[in-house]
Amino acid sequence: MTDAAGLRFDRLSITLGRNRLVTLDGHVAPGDVLTVMGPSGSGKSTLLSVISGTAAAVFQVRGGIHLDGRDITGLAPEARRVGILFQDELLFPHLSVGGNLAFGLPPSVAGRRERRRRVEAALAEVNLAGFANRDPATLSGGQQVRVALMRMLLSEPRALLLDEPFPRLDAGLRDRIRQAVLDRARTRRLPVVLVTHDAADARAAGGRIHHLDPHEAGTDLRPSPRTGDPA
Amino acid sequence: MSDDTVRTRAAPTARGRPRPGALAWAPALTLGLMLGPVAAGLAGTVAPALGWLPALGGDHLGTDAFEALRAWPGFPRAAALSLFTGLGATLTSLAAVTLICAGWQGTRVFHAIERGLSPLLSVPHAAAAFGLAFLIAPSGWLARAASPWATGWERPPDLLILQDPNGLALIAGLVVKEIPFLLLMTLAALGQVPSARSRTVARALGYGPVAAWVKTVFPRVYPQIRLPIYAVLAYSMSAVDTAIILGPNTPPTLAVQVVRWMNDPDLQLRFQAAAGAVTQLALLAGALGLWRAGERLAAGLGRRWIERGGRGRSAAATRVLGGGAAAATAGALGAGIAGLAVWSVAGVWRFPQATPDALTWRSWERYGPRLADPGAETFILAGAATGLALALALACLEAEQRYGVRSAGRALWLVYLPLLVPQVAFLAGLQMLALAAGLDPNRGAVILTHLVFVLPYVFLSLADPFRAWDRRYAAVAAALGAGPDRVFWTVRLPMLVRPVLTAAALGFAVSVGLYLPTLLVGAGRVQTLTTEAVALASGGDRRVIGVYALAQTAAVLLPFALAGAVPRVLWRRRRGLRDD
Repeated sequence: MTDAAGLRFDRLSITLGRNRLVTLDGHVAPGDVLTVMGPSGSGKSTLLSVISGTAAAVFQVRGGIHLDGRDITGLAPEARRVGILFQDELLFPHLSVGGNLAFGLPPSVAGRRERRRRVEAALAEVNLAGFANRDPATLSGGQQVRVALMRMLLSEPRALLLDEPFPRLDAGLRDRIRQAVLDRARTRRLPVVLVTHDAADARAAGGRIHHLDPHEAGTDLRPSPRTGDPA
Repeated sequence: MSDDTVRTRAAPTARGRPRPGALAWAPALTLGLMLGPVAAGLAGTVAPALGWLPALGGDHLGTDAFEALRAWPGFPRAAALSLFTGLGATLTSLAAVTLICAGWQGTRVFHAIERGLSPLLSVPHAAAAFGLAFLIAPSGWLARAASPWATGWERPPDLLILQDPNGLALIAGLVVKEIPFLLLMTLAALGQVPSARSRTVARALGYGPVAAWVKTVFPRVYPQIRLPIYAVLAYSMSAVDTAIILGPNTPPTLAVQVVRWMNDPDLQLRFQAAAGAVTQLALLAGALGLWRAGERLAAGLGRRWIERGGRGRSAAATRVLGGGAAAATAGALGAGIAGLAVWSVAGVWRFPQATPDALTWRSWERYGPRLADPGAETFILAGAATGLALALALACLEAEQRYGVRSAGRALWLVYLPLLVPQVAFLAGLQMLALAAGLDPNRGAVILTHLVFVLPYVFLSLADPFRAWDRRYAAVAAALGAGPDRVFWTVRLPMLVRPVLTAAALGFAVSVGLYLPTLLVGAGRVQTLTTEAVALASGGDRRVIGVYALAQTAAVLLPFALAGAVPRVLWRRRRGLRDD
């Protein structure tokens, strides 16, 4: 593994007005997980939106983000190849399950037949074979998560962001789905950034943990990034 | 839509954001197309009012036009009528909407009212006025229903109900159209304040439901519907089509008299007309000042009333009044349209019979073919204006979202501006500008004028659902490799099909209903269903009026029906999009 592979934060700092929300420096190797923990309002989601390129213009971003040696800081979101899973599955309600997956599949996969085959294979991989023509709104929570996961993986991302994932699944299902996501990230050698306030998520991820301090409005708080072993 | 949006073009682009392209010009272009004609028209009105219109020999500045206006014997009464009918219609509409919401919000009746609102809102002013006239006239349905058994009338009584000198029928005609509009605006505002929670809290403190609403919800809703109320006031003071049909004649309201002068073969009367249009503007300014003073007074008194802590337990009276207002509005519009329909197929129909002796298609056979040309013109104008408005509004909203700039709330009045200026005040000027420039009236100019009125409605109707759309869908699509254009066309627009079509139907309805813009800018040469229908008012032939007004109503209801049906068919297999 070269040093360039994976996701590297080069003294990244995000500020809003006079508040510094996040500072991050370091490297997430392919297949590794960086867990970012902090209470709500501490800038976790902002960090993810900065990495994926969808942050609002009001946030000032300094430093750089490199993915597999490429500086992606100034790139448009669609050019970054950073996959993201939100709390909600956000399946496009106007498309079928298969349509959602095909939306993720890059246009370089040409030909209706081949695209269809890839979609079917992706569904089969998560035990949803034959679901291509279903309305996503008719799927159970666990099924929707799996579709969202495969949609993201089909787009061939080179890094994976998880934003407090799967909050609505019951505990047992949640463990299984989380494991499935992390396993796939590992086998595809994707660096993963997981933000959560749930210690169980952090334990399961098993990587480094970065704590964000809550900031209070109007005060300039020093961030104290700590790196530690998973509990 | 705001000047903020325009300014960001120069602002440095944040990292990772696309550099603003042509789309960033959309807000400026939209504002220009919306406000340019208003500004030009006002200038074109003020100049001749001050004596300047070289094309008609006006080459020195002076107050002759205003003196001629003052010399017209009907002037004081016409001006007073405008003030009285405008303020009366606005106050009545606001009171009715307040009663409806205070009495019924959160009930099943309220949901029923909500659902019935769109079709009522879309009925053109002229058709509503004709329908009301057919109901309340001495020989109208109401009199027939009660005669002769209750009234003893064997022939229509000699009462001046329509076109009464005090403008009461005019106020009624305005109110039945303004209640649905204000109610829709209030519903949107109710969604932006925690109305249900406030009410629950107040009721837990022992307040009756109506007192809870008026004391905790209304003070926060009012600022949000202030601009729509001002628009209602501006419209009611200067409405021409409703006033021609229901308003007094000798003298008419000032706006109607201005239009008469504008259409007079004696071109010298244009100066007087311009002075009248400027006066109309001044009257509105005065009425707005009066209204604002009333707002302050009411706020002060209201605060004391709220602090006294009266619990006002019973809701019964408010419910009855509010329900009555809603029922009367829906009934007047519904029964009015039904009256138009019955008259259009009526054979012999003597007073006091409640129904015609026989039904016949004769009126449709006779006048139907004549509907073709104005009907086609109506659809061309409305289609073009709505298409343009939709494209511009979508471009503005997309630019706002793409470049991360919110249209500032304080710029909202710019969107409302075309609705806050009396139509006659700038449309008269547009006609005189065309006259001065030697331009022939043409369809393109009428379309651009329609756009001025269609754009605000389309934008306002589209903005909330567009902004409320969950932007994480865009983030997901971008993370999947979709650029902003692909996100717009394949994710956002399909998900927003329903509000887009609703906005289109609303824009179409606005355009179909426009009377004065078509009449003045088209200089009488662009004929639509609406201009033709209003022109029939003086003839008083109820069968032909029924045919035209019904055709006008159909031209409006059809797009609304389509806007409801298309998403239902399109998304019949998509539960996530079925009910928004």
